[in-house]
Amino acid sequence: MSILGVISQLLEIVIALSLAPLLIGWVNQWRAWLQNRSAPGLLQPYRVLHKLFNKESVVAERASPLFRGAPYIVFSCMLLASAIIPTLSTDLPLSPAADAIALVGLFALARVFISLAAMDVGTAFGSMGARREMLIGFLAEPALLMVLFSASLIPKSTSLTTIVETLAHRDLAIYPSLAFAGVAFTMISLAENARIPIDNPTTHLELTMIHEALILEYSGRHLALLEWAASLKLFAYSCLGISLFFPWGVAEAHAPLALMLALPTLLFKLAIGGVLLALLETASAKMRIFRVPEYLGTAFMLAVIGVLVHILLGV
Amino acid sequence: MSGIAGLSRWVHLDWVLVVVAGWLTIGGLGVLALRRLGWVSKVLFPAGGVFALLLFGVAFGAMFSTPEVAVLPLGLPGLPFHLRLDPLAAFFLMVIGAASAGVSAFAAGYFRKGEGTPPGLLCLEYHVFLASMVLVVLADDAYAFMVVWETMALSSFFLVIANHRIAEIRQAGYLYLLVAHIGAIGILLCFGVLQANTGDYTFANMRAQHLSPFWASVAFLLALFGFGAKAGIVPLHVWLPEAHPAAPSPVSALMSGVMLKTAIYGLLRVTFDLLPAQFWWWGVLLLALGLASALVGVVFAAIQVDMKRLLAYSSIENIGLVFAGIGLAVLFAAFGMKLMAALALTAALYHVASHAFFKSLLFVGTGAVLHATGQRSLGKLGGLIRYMPWVAWLTLVGALASAGLPPLGGFVSEWLLLQSFLFTPGLPSSFLNMLIPVVAALIALVSALSGYTMVKFFGVIFLGQPREENLAQAHRAGPWERAGMVWLALGCVALGLLPVQFIQLIDPVTRQLVAAGLGNVVAASGWLLVPVALERASYGPVIFLLGLAASFALAFMIVRLLYHGRLRRAAPWDCGFPWQNARMQDTAEGFGMPIRQIFEPFFRMQRELPSPFDLEPHYRVVVGDHFWHWLYLPVAAAVEQVSRLIGKLQQGRIAVYLLYSFLTLVGVLILVMR
Amino acid sequence: MSHFAAQLINLFAAVILMLAFAMISQRRILSLIHLYTMQGAALVAATAVVGYVTHQPHLYVSAGLTFLLKVVLIPLLLHRMIERLDVRWDVEALINVPTTMLIGIVLVIFAFNLALPISRLSASIAGGTLGIALACVLLSFLMMIIRSKAVPQVIGFLSMENGLFFAATSATYGMPMVVELGIALDVLVGILILGVFMFQIRERFDSLDIRHLEKLKES
Repeated sequence: MSILGVISQLLEIVIALSLAPLLIGWVNQWRAWLQNRSAPGLLQPYRVLHKLFNKESVVAERASPLFRGAPYIVFSCMLLASAIIPTLSTDLPLSPAADAIALVGLFALARVFISLAAMDVGTAFGSMGARREMLIGFLAEPALLMVLFSASLIPKSTSLTTIVETLAHRDLAIYPSLAFAGVAFTMISLAENARIPIDNPTTHLELTMIHEALILEYSGRHLALLEWAASLKLFAYSCLGISLFFPWGVAEAHAPLALMLALPTLLFKLAIGGVLLALLETASAKMRIFRVPEYLGTAFMLAVIGVLVHILLGV
Repeated sequence: MSGIAGLSRWVHLDWVLVVVAGWLTIGGLGVLALRRLGWVSKVLFPAGGVFALLLFGVAFGAMFSTPEVAVLPLGLPGLPFHLRLDPLAAFFLMVIGAASAGVSAFAAGYFRKGEGTPPGLLCLEYHVFLASMVLVVLADDAYAFMVVWETMALSSFFLVIANHRIAEIRQAGYLYLLVAHIGAIGILLCFGVLQANTGDYTFANMRAQHLSPFWASVAFLLALFGFGAKAGIVPLHVWLPEAHPAAPSPVSALMSGVMLKTAIYGLLRVTFDLLPAQFWWWGVLLLALGLASALVGVVFAAIQVDMKRLLAYSSIENIGLVFAGIGLAVLFAAFGMKLMAALALTAALYHVASHAFFKSLLFVGTGAVLHATGQRSLGKLGGLIRYMPWVAWLTLVGALASAGLPPLGGFVSEWLLLQSFLFTPGLPSSFLNMLIPVVAALIALVSALSGYTMVKFFGVIFLGQPREENLAQAHRAGPWERAGMVWLALGCVALGLLPVQFIQLIDPVTRQLVAAGLGNVVAASGWLLVPVALERASYGPVIFLLGLAASFALAFMIVRLLYHGRLRRAAPWDCGFPWQNARMQDTAEGFGMPIRQIFEPFFRMQRELPSPFDLEPHYRVVVGDHFWHWLYLPVAAAVEQVSRLIGKLQQGRIAVYLLYSFLTLVGVLILVMR
Repeated sequence: MSHFAAQLINLFAAVILMLAFAMISQRRILSLIHLYTMQGAALVAATAVVGYVTHQPHLYVSAGLTFLLKVVLIPLLLHRMIERLDVRWDVEALINVPTTMLIGIVLVIFAFNLALPISRLSASIAGGTLGIALACVLLSFLMMIIRSKAVPQVIGFLSMENGLFFAATSATYGMPMVVELGIALDVLVGILILGVFMFQIRERFDSLDIRHLEKLKES
């Protein structure tokens, strides 16, 4: 564990915390431009967070300590997730503690806690949101695991840093198994981050909500933490996709200069990813809730086929 | 067995027998104090718990020493009981001891009058049950094994029908006894094949036999049938969702958490110890059956409306996962990949241990809820976290462990299992290579569905608003109940946070069974769990938990520092409809409805839908198991047919019976003449 | 260069398989035609690359023919057909989508395993993709079986032919020219005949649901 490793780890956490709302703002900007309306500004999510933190938190009368603790737990999970995904560098002291499977477990932990918190208040919306969220989760989680499996077959390792290092060092090659995994991963990220075509993040009609229904009861600092956690989740998924499928530019160990270069590279890749996300969202329409299992089932099957293609072709 | 005077020369096996004798004594004392509830529950059960802890300690010591044998002069003359304490037995003794300690502590506070069976008799049955499970694990010859196996089945049958005044409970008990005996026939036949005509039924003799591949496979299939019936593998699982909910909660906890493990022990003993070599198709068969059980179990669990039936189906799922792990180990062992077999076997055994703890915890939690509210149906519970905080938070630990979430115990075994699947592209057969990733995908699906089930379980019972008025009178759990639950919850947490130490405990077992172990590799990395190599995969649960806790604390403090921590209570959001009541929350059926729709081919549903012209419309759906109609009802009908045919022999006229005797006499005379 | 070309061929093979899978789960008939067009385009590209690397000019001709037929002519015919028949959506398939996907996976495993020893023996640059081509054929066949309207069945048949063509290209560098021209003509004529057939069905039953054909039974 070198000083450079500690610095890169801390830098990753700080970058994740500060840039995640900016990513949301960037995607919103592009969506507005594509839909021919004016955007609220790139730094609007920061202002929203500041406003929410300043407000007092209104909690339902019969809410239990689970309700009040869940935002902190979800936030911690997302923060830990962003800390172990190698975005800037592969020399991360925290990364041996959690590999790809533990990453999926981390997302599952956050999902379970937010669903339980939604059921805590005892209204119809909370339990409906919990049910829908677990429905999406139970298909998206194994699909994500299969995507990470197919990514781990080439370097023969589930440690995220090893995967990124091996894939970055290979010659520019097109792996068909990774092509399948990439398509599946895009479909899963859209579902898990509550984006169109699964869920509309800007809806205010309760019966169409999935993610929003879970946080309907929250306000003040709790809501701020949950919104921040949601943007951290999108950031983590984007970084995961970038590091698995476009890993060039990530710094290795003992390379301080590469660390300086890694940050602009990351910003560039995230910017392009944000534009693609806005394009995908604008071009599709929200699908019915019972088409979602078919959609996620397709993603699951594509990921499994990716693994099978790897075994067939050897690449 | 060395004399009592030479206490210092006692080996571990002697101490285990002391524990067994102690339990039997407690049972006897219980019969003497038949109806004195206070004495039975406050003295005898805790004493049983203490003996269980002693068993745990002794077995722990026995793990690292050489196998010990003993011959007890019980049983018939010429057929004494042979007993053997080797690492495999020691591991299962540890599981039995630790889990039953918690359950006994809980039972001390649980049992009350009016159950149908007097408390003293319950005490006897309970402790005989525990003693017979220990002896099953220790048995070293077929005769002893079958005697204690039957004792175990009978004592658990009596425990299941503790409330024998209710007809459904009696029926559940009969079904359980029936399937247990069908399984016992399989096991008996298996031992018959294994002794290969030598007439010596000791395991030592069976180990020395070299069966031909055909007979070895026959023995394996019989063992699979027999032990699978006891473990609850599809299609022999129908007794589990009936028997486990019918029993009192501590008994359900013991049956689910501990008794199912004796079946796993039996299968491991026969497959790896008594049979000389394994074949790859055994592994594939075990994998397929395990996977089918896991999928059926979890899909049915997700739609249940009775909390104990939900947990029973969840047990089927977990046992299916253990079978899948064992199948993978057999597959690797058949191809000579010993280290991979050890990895898969370690994953299966770890899951055995963590399932014992979290399933017992969940069952005793439901027992506390049942005790306090008298309700078993999920549709009449809700909001209990306010009235029973200890039970709720401890059950949350069990639910999170059952869902396989880090950093608890259930996640470690799943992690190890998935790691062993990753290495399968090294198998010689390409067909198997391609099948294995699909199997891994299905296992991931099963674990995600178990998360769904646990959110439903915990959310509907403990969170939300109470669905019945009288739930507000639910009383809190007593000190004994809390003590038992705390012990089991600590077990779940310890299994999650100390995987390296536990794998080193499992190491002697895998060395005995597949001649390889992970102990050395794992010990080299300290706090990190590294099963093969650091670059390949690693997991550090302590760091994981510390990371989560640190960010939790930091977020909490920084927000309060920079901003404020003001809180105000108000009514929840009602979307403009202020007459929301508790009935408008999601019911258990509602929560399970997406699963019912997606997995429709699994179920056999009978629906009653209301028509627009009904004066009192109602909606009813009954979800049944296909296996009843495909397998059990046809078999029952066939049995009835055959008995009817044979019944024709009973004419009712004395002349006919005398004719039968006459014909038999003539037949015997003819035979003797030859 | 040939290493890069081999990867490109593998990529196109993966795209073809992905499109075959997407066709199984797709409901809108217009999207089915678009997917078929894309599959044809990927096929053309793969054939061209194989032709470039192995210096076999007849593969260029074959690629050009495929382009003309499968990317231009047949999609045009299909568009006109569905406009005149006025079909846009398919009804629910005979078995639901998750089960279909599961059967699809089993077929893929079967096809891959079948092709593995053959592809090891094959000397062609794209030998490894024989399994993928076989899987495409089986998946298209599955699509023909489970659909309940006539037009998706036709598209399944066409996609099966795509898979066979790709198998031929990858294993033996295409078929003799005579055979290819013959097959191309057969496919074209087949489409025309199927088109007439579909109009007849529509006239008789006022719908393109092929389950109505069961009414033609005797009893």
